[in-house]
Amino acid sequence: MLNDKDRIFTNLYGDHGPDLDAAKARGDWDGTAALIQKGRGWLVDQMKASGLRGRGGAGFPTGLKWSFMPKEANGPVYLVVNADESEPGTCKDREIMRHEPQKLIEGCLIAGAAMGCTAGYIYIRGEYVREAEILQRAIDEAYAAGLLGTDAAGSGYDYDLYLHRGAGAYICGEETGLIESLEGKKGQPRLKPPFPAMVGLYGRPSTVNNVETIAVAPTILRRGPEWFAGIGPDKNSGTKLFCVSGHVNKPCNVEEAMGIPLRELIDRHCGGVRGGWDNLLAVIPGGSSVPLMPKSVCDDINMDFDSLRAVGSGLGTAAVIVMDKSTDIVKAIARLSKFYMHESCGQCTPCREGTGWLWRMMTRMAEGRARLDEIDLLWDVTKEIEGHTICALGDAAAWPVQGLIRHFRPEIERRIHEYTAARQVAAE
Amino acid sequence: MPKLTIDGQEVEVPAGSTVLQACEAAGREIPVFCFHPRLNIAGNCRMCLVEMEKSPKPIASCAMPAADGMVIRTDTEQVHKARKGVLELLLINHPLDCPICDQGGECDLQDLTLFYGPDHSRFKENKRPVTDKYLGPLISTHMTRCIHCTRCIRFINEVAGVEELGACHRGEHMEITTWVEKALSSELSGNIIDLCPVGALNSKPYEYRARTWELRKTESIDVMDAVGSNIRIDARGSEVMRVLPRLHEDINEEWISDKTRFAYDGLKKRRLDVPFAKQDGRLGQVSWRDAFAAIKERLDGVSGDRVGFVVGDLVDCETMVLVKELAAALGSPHVDCRQDGAKLGGAARGGHLFNTTIAGIERADACLLIGTNPRHEAPLVNARLRKRHRRGGFRVGRIGTPFDLTYPVTELGAGAQTLAELADGQHSFADVLERAERPMLILGQGPLARPDGAAALALASRLAERFGMIGEGWNGFNVLHTAAGRVGGLDLGLVPAAGGKTVAEMVAPGALDVVFLIGADEVDISGLADTFTVYLGTHGDRGVHAADVILPGAAYTEKHATYVNTEGRPQRAKLAVFPPGEAKEDWKVLRALAAALGVEVKLDTLGQVRQRMAELAPHLQRFDEIAAAPFEPFGTPGEMSAEPFASCVTDFYLTNPIARASAVMQQCSELFVQGAGREATGTHG
Repeated sequence: MLNDKDRIFTNLYGDHGPDLDAAKARGDWDGTAALIQKGRGWLVDQMKASGLRGRGGAGFPTGLKWSFMPKEANGPVYLVVNADESEPGTCKDREIMRHEPQKLIEGCLIAGAAMGCTAGYIYIRGEYVREAEILQRAIDEAYAAGLLGTDAAGSGYDYDLYLHRGAGAYICGEETGLIESLEGKKGQPRLKPPFPAMVGLYGRPSTVNNVETIAVAPTILRRGPEWFAGIGPDKNSGTKLFCVSGHVNKPCNVEEAMGIPLRELIDRHCGGVRGGWDNLLAVIPGGSSVPLMPKSVCDDINMDFDSLRAVGSGLGTAAVIVMDKSTDIVKAIARLSKFYMHESCGQCTPCREGTGWLWRMMTRMAEGRARLDEIDLLWDVTKEIEGHTICALGDAAAWPVQGLIRHFRPEIERRIHEYTAARQVAAE
Repeated sequence: MPKLTIDGQEVEVPAGSTVLQACEAAGREIPVFCFHPRLNIAGNCRMCLVEMEKSPKPIASCAMPAADGMVIRTDTEQVHKARKGVLELLLINHPLDCPICDQGGECDLQDLTLFYGPDHSRFKENKRPVTDKYLGPLISTHMTRCIHCTRCIRFINEVAGVEELGACHRGEHMEITTWVEKALSSELSGNIIDLCPVGALNSKPYEYRARTWELRKTESIDVMDAVGSNIRIDARGSEVMRVLPRLHEDINEEWISDKTRFAYDGLKKRRLDVPFAKQDGRLGQVSWRDAFAAIKERLDGVSGDRVGFVVGDLVDCETMVLVKELAAALGSPHVDCRQDGAKLGGAARGGHLFNTTIAGIERADACLLIGTNPRHEAPLVNARLRKRHRRGGFRVGRIGTPFDLTYPVTELGAGAQTLAELADGQHSFADVLERAERPMLILGQGPLARPDGAAALALASRLAERFGMIGEGWNGFNVLHTAAGRVGGLDLGLVPAAGGKTVAEMVAPGALDVVFLIGADEVDISGLADTFTVYLGTHGDRGVHAADVILPGAAYTEKHATYVNTEGRPQRAKLAVFPPGEAKEDWKVLRALAAALGVEVKLDTLGQVRQRMAELAPHLQRFDEIAAAPFEPFGTPGEMSAEPFASCVTDFYLTNPIARASAVMQQCSELFVQGAGREATGTHG
């Protein structure tokens, strides 16, 4: 379990104010100028040494990502912060923006300095109305205190930070879809290559990072990469915000060490599964787009990128969705399919056509109104979508269904048999 | 030059190529829907997926830049599965209405499904309903068939340059639409019918009229403007069913204008199909023999210098050779092919050509438009100008009336005064031309057709010299024509000889005793009331109203004929259908007339006519080649009126007799030209 002294987000629950003075009292903006003045190379090296992996879901090493930005760029270079937190089950960035906005702003400045950015954009989810207000207030406070703008925080570095509100589309959380939307276009992901580090926002080199990734950066630099790397297993180091929801006694957001056993996470912080651990049916460990894990896997799984990948799931955004035995698991996954159908941008074929097909079949499966061989068809369709799309939304739509078939095929079959039998009786 | 390995075969492709191009270089066929070499890459159909070593997922080959050392596989289990999967997904919401679909037989989706697709449907749900969209009188839509490749959106936005088409909604509800229901206002809009890989966008006039495999295809040349677009005429029986573009990189690439594509219904309406002659003051049907007899009777005793020939805009070179021979045989010096009175011809050839060439526009870095609206006078020249603009580093200035050309234009001034200032280097735009490496100017027919046209030509010619538009391997002096027959006429010397009258002088009251209007419909015929007028042409258009004898001729789809485009490029149109009724090819009519009149014209076969044509203008024999036309100072300096330079085209859709006879073009004119700006009410239409 994570020691209190190792927590980064000391105001995660809003016990103290989000304002600048309170943030400074918690240690934010301490020696920022000195950090920046150590130079780009040092900042990137420190981030690499810390082993921080992107907190948005894909888990790409942050230091490495920062190092992709061109060393010499004639013209503007941008940092874009992805605050379009829309993954079902995920609510970690919301808490950061509500209670720790200065951590994010300081992170934006430092990350901007580390990549030679001329400006930063925070793209916040449209539904986060209050959060946008708080964040804008915090940015205004930072400007007033000289922490942003010309000679930001006395570092001699000029940096502007803008907040942009989205309009509520899930796909705008995909980095290139976000860039398109930020440019004022329809939120449709771009083809890669070219990657944003070469051609990004307004055609300029850009890096898109998750809120949590950026917000933890100042603390890592202040406390040293060794400290951060020392927490959690190798290559999956550091602390992480977990959002536990669903059938637990006390759903919560909590900062924990990476690699914490799932059972410990639930029992210690959430008061256990409703009705006891044995009442557990399945867990979706990383937001709706990763495959679910049945209880047998949950019993002794550690919550980190590589352990979860090894069992065919993923850490994603670390949004743990717990489902006990009262859950209609087929219907639950059907609901996720509906979400992905609704949020598909419609640009490329497999996702546009496939997500709707998945949902329709899943709806029938939930009732049992299907044929047994359609389960294989369902599997085929997920395979036709997976890996064939421009962005990862196709994969995200396919994986939950694959997880369901992999672990709960007997349940689907049972329903089909039941439905057919009931109809036969009626016919007789 | 990156080197790649495609299915074990090594290929080297030019830098900047895509993996798709590399695969094609290696002889591998990659199926595509959304990819089009002339449009931006969208990469959204996912049909072109191939396997790349070290990539866990298959890659979209159309979008992936070819890099050195890539190992690509196009013939693996994974690739075949991906293609099959994409096709299955494309087909789930695609209606099974191939038997009634106009695209049937030339449909990419049909073809690729046959080669790569699944053989049966596993989709048990309902198909997606989509409402059809209104895109104007030219394009009909069947949006349930749409596969969202976005080629149409990209064409309209990129090539046509009007931002009128886009995608609304998302996911499976995504629809291609104009945001506010309205007709596409581009004069290149018809090309999206060809671009559409399925039957979602169809030609409205052609809809449900024929199946592709019933059509007889003839490769020919268009005459709706002076660009000489390469076209394919599809005919069934004696009827032209549709007109499609044919690839010619140097002229029209693979686009054609809407007038070229849709005016063909004018070939079936208001046609002259029997000879007429005036009897007792009324025109009545007569036989060819009687028609010729009537002319002979009137010409009897009339001296040659009381006879004139006005040659129209759509007349082919062969006919013009006969006109020239006939006029010479009758002793008439009055022959003129410039109905609008343009002050061109009689001098060196370079003075009436588009010397830069259409493809050459892409090498220019500054352009001056003088009294021309290329968007309406030659839409494909305008498309090239826009293409050049999109590459950047291209400034366009205009002297004349403002009009949206789909790219930014610097307005310099209205008329002759600005032109003179610029020629003297006193205008701010002079700097742009001065600095440009390859500047060009385009002089329209508007200024040239005015009484002071020769002075405008002289000023333009002086301007071209001053700003170094003429140099080694570069000629930036251009005259843009609108009449398909004009350059041929000027090349063959169909301008008044010494003592000859121009068109305006010929049609003046009492100027001549007998006037031959050879396809001439753009002249003022009010002065011909008392003149004996013979009209040879295709349509009952303006010219016939003055006629005493009408001789029915053949339209451009009905004869083997030579046309010279505005660049000076001779091209040959081919017979696709036979002329209607008793109508005959024009040169044959004139040859027969000569025989009836008892004058000697020794050209009996098409071969002989063409031989004579080669004697008059040797370069007309070398098809699709542009003979070098050296520059020299053109025109005659003189006083110029202060009136603004206006384009010669006021209604793009109704510029010639065929277009005027076309119901489709009339509809377009009503909608886009006469009705432009008119507010529709709730009960309108």
